[in-house]
Amino acid sequence: MRRVSLLSAACAIALSGAAFLQAAPVRADDVITIVIKDHKFEPAEVKVPANKRVTLLVDNQDATSEEFESGEMKVEKIVGGRKQIKVMVGPLKPGRYPFFGEFHEATAQGAVIAE
Amino acid sequence: MLASLIIVFREVLEAGLIVGIVLAATQGVVGRGRWIAFGIIGGIIGSCVVAAFADGISSLFADTGQELFNATVLLIAVAMLAWHNAWMAQHGRELARDMKAVGHAVQSGEKSLAALAVVIGVAVLREGSEVVLFLTGILASEEGGIATVAAGGLGGMALGALVSVLLYVGLVQIPTRHLFATTTWLLTLLAAGMAATAVNFLAQGGVLNVGGAVLWDSSGLLRDNSLIGQALHVLVGYTDRPTEAQLIAYVGVVVGILLLTRWAAGNPPSNRSRVASPAE
Repeated sequence: MRRVSLLSAACAIALSGAAFLQAAPVRADDVITIVIKDHKFEPAEVKVPANKRVTLLVDNQDATSEEFESGEMKVEKIVGGRKQIKVMVGPLKPGRYPFFGEFHEATAQGAVIAE
Repeated sequence: MLASLIIVFREVLEAGLIVGIVLAATQGVVGRGRWIAFGIIGGIIGSCVVAAFADGISSLFADTGQELFNATVLLIAVAMLAWHNAWMAQHGRELARDMKAVGHAVQSGEKSLAALAVVIGVAVLREGSEVVLFLTGILASEEGGIATVAAGGLGGMALGALVSVLLYVGLVQIPTRHLFATTTWLLTLLAAGMAATAVNFLAQGGVLNVGGAVLWDSSGLLRDNSLIGQALHVLVGYTDRPTEAQLIAYVGVVVGILLLTRWAAGNPPSNRSRVASPAE
């Protein structure tokens, strides 16, 4: 009997804990997808909210690897062929932040617009 | 082909400049060739391994594996450079007095050489894995083929190696007495620049959430992805948009290494008598 009550108490604590975790604000990272295809970014320009940390999901649909790089946003990250990476950027002040693919710089050009 | 030549050249240049400085810094130290070769070969093998597991590394720690990996290897290199400079401060006077006496210090000198081999290994590993990923990508696609990869890869490596040799030759023109002081400074600034880059990776990975404000923008004067900007980035840690955290890391490492070397110079090694005594 005692064991049962202990067990139920434990369950109650665990449940309330779970409820508490659910109630806690989830990290509100907005995810914005940028596709790489034929060494070009699609879309080439993406809009993000200013002054907020956002996550870019770079989806490389080419067979070749690429390096997603931006001096303005201070990021550089390799994304393998037919792979995806997440890049956290910001918080950015309003403005235009160019990025490029270092391995195919001639065609792979784009920009993040924070507003 | 030109694109692959340029990309391989840029990556080889970054690692090559570090090899050039290390070669100059270890001028006259017995056994340096072996350790530096260890570093380069280990780095090349490591870069193939890293490239093979790139996706696995990337997906670690909630997709921040790549950032944390880069930051970790850079910070290891910073620690090794600090340790080498401290060792040089302890032994530098003997080395400068009589280059031949260095032979007697091989036992302890190997520890310092091992530290520098790690620095070279890490540099080759970081840049090399990008080269491997880039070249295997070209091989996998229809845009090139083995001839492109070979021509671009070998040409880029040769050019990168040439610049490193030129740096080395330039440095060893400096008289021995000043050479140690110069290379010690170069290694200190190299370490500071690496620490600043590591901080940037930590910020990118979301580990470091303070000091992200950009202090100034000198990209109008010199962009850090231009060739000169990139060389200065390796040599002295130049970056066109430094953040507060990067500047703090940079200054912190310079001051830290200076204090460490000063302390080390005032604490001669306990086995000094053994090292300094005639061998036979």
